[in-house]
Amino acid sequence: MISKVLPIYVLWLREMKRLVRSRSRFFSSLFMPLMFLVFLSSGFSGVKFQGIENYTEFLTPGIAAMAVIFSSTFAGLSVLWDREFGFLKEISVAPVSNTSIVLGRIAGSATTATLQAMAIILLSIPLGFSTDFKGIVFSTFFIVLMAITFTGMGIFFAAIIKDFHGFGMVMNFVIFPLFFLSGAIFPITKLPKFVQPLAYLNPMFYGVEGLRMVLTGRALICLTVSSIATLLFSIVTILLSAKVFDRI
Amino acid sequence: MYSIIADCLEKSFEVKAVDCVSFKVKKGSIFALLGPNGAGKTTLTGILTTLIKPDSGYAEVAGFSIEEKLKVREKIGVVFQEPALDTKLTARENLEFHAMLYGMRKKERDEKILRALKLVGLEKWENVVVEKFSGGMKRKLEMARAFVHDPEVLFLDEPTLGLDVQTRRIMWEYIKALRDEGVTVFMTTHYIDEAENLCDEVAIMDRGKIIKVGKVEDLKSEIGEGAVYVEIDNPQKYTHEFEKLEGVKEVTIGEKFIQITGNVDKILPMIFRVLNGVKVRSIKVKNPDLEDVFLKLTGRRFE
Repeated sequence: MISKVLPIYVLWLREMKRLVRSRSRFFSSLFMPLMFLVFLSSGFSGVKFQGIENYTEFLTPGIAAMAVIFSSTFAGLSVLWDREFGFLKEISVAPVSNTSIVLGRIAGSATTATLQAMAIILLSIPLGFSTDFKGIVFSTFFIVLMAITFTGMGIFFAAIIKDFHGFGMVMNFVIFPLFFLSGAIFPITKLPKFVQPLAYLNPMFYGVEGLRMVLTGRALICLTVSSIATLLFSIVTILLSAKVFDRI
Repeated sequence: MYSIIADCLEKSFEVKAVDCVSFKVKKGSIFALLGPNGAGKTTLTGILTTLIKPDSGYAEVAGFSIEEKLKVREKIGVVFQEPALDTKLTARENLEFHAMLYGMRKKERDEKILRALKLVGLEKWENVVVEKFSGGMKRKLEMARAFVHDPEVLFLDEPTLGLDVQTRRIMWEYIKALRDEGVTVFMTTHYIDEAENLCDEVAIMDRGKIIKVGKVEDLKSEIGEGAVYVEIDNPQKYTHEFEKLEGVKEVTIGEKFIQITGNVDKILPMIFRVLNGVKVRSIKVKNPDLEDVFLKLTGRRFE
């Protein structure tokens, strides 16, 4: 019997080769979060949110998280492309378990998402964001776990929607609501009272708060809570996506 | 020794796609499922390659029950009807990743990949991204990939669908070469000539059922009826004599010809005996083909 680890590495390697081969897509995917960062931080620079001294400092971790969730949800959903172009079948008849396939894909997209988020954080420094080396190192914890969670979620939705048409629906009805309920671009305390509890069910909320804490030292919830919540969400989605993978 | 044993496999979607199918495939032979589109061939292939779970029935591939998915998968190679390559990768990378998924070590990989690429004549293209390949080249590469890991059984779903005549012949040669190396080949086809020229045994499948299994020659001589068409003067003079011959099914006469239907191999010598000394202008023999066999068995024309 072939080991479970090797296929994970092979599938990760495949993602990396594809990433290197389509570098332009990698850079163009940075464009949207960077626009958000540049325009929001300059547009709202004069606006005073209660309890926030510097909006760029508040916004940057949120935008890094945004880059992660969009990129990794997309990566998870892209198993639909693999199915369409047959590559999924090639893997399905190989002596490899579903768990290995899912973990391989998650490893690949988590790497990509981490690179993107790091690029956002580094590019935000000349725009007025200040952090330290330690913050950047610790931020990888949240970035990687968020990438795992949302790749898993993408795979989960790929199994449910089964075709490309559902893709826009997932973006509109799942990803954008989670994004706006995460406190990435404004504090959730500004939302109506009855909406706020929803944020506490949102995996991205804990990711954003955790990132904000390690990068800027200020956040709504403490580091222990955000770390544990982010970790739990990632484990649950890995298990869930491995379970539904058969149905894709 | 059998590489595939199927015992009353069944699978229903909206209709019964596979309806109590049983057969055996000898190790080292080429076995074809012949049937029109929609006969259930792809579903049956899916069951045997562990992609589709049958509703009931039992099957064994390369000595393992299809329930033991991973064990079966280690022993088989598959070429699907639709292309299943990663088009962003090069030919070699596609084979390399495949070989790695099957747990092959670097040295063995290099050796087997080269051998596979050579067999299908793509060694010069190994570092080209698959996007740039033609349809025929992609199919060849898929063939190469399917046997990189030395499978015991190779599954080919319509391996020559949409290929030009020349490439088809080349594919047939590869398939025969693999059989000669001891690989068991299970393929589906809806091309009569492919089944006749390539396969050791044929199973005729229609509407989810296998209606006949056997060697091509046996199927033809058992059920297939040919015809002998003789151009002579006064054919009516001989009608009675021909009708008396053993194995003759039907005698039809025209003004200057007579057509005798039956098992050609058996009746031809007797026809010559009857015609001894008669002035014959021409004789044509139409051998039965699998199309006739299909027609005879189902009462319908192929497709």
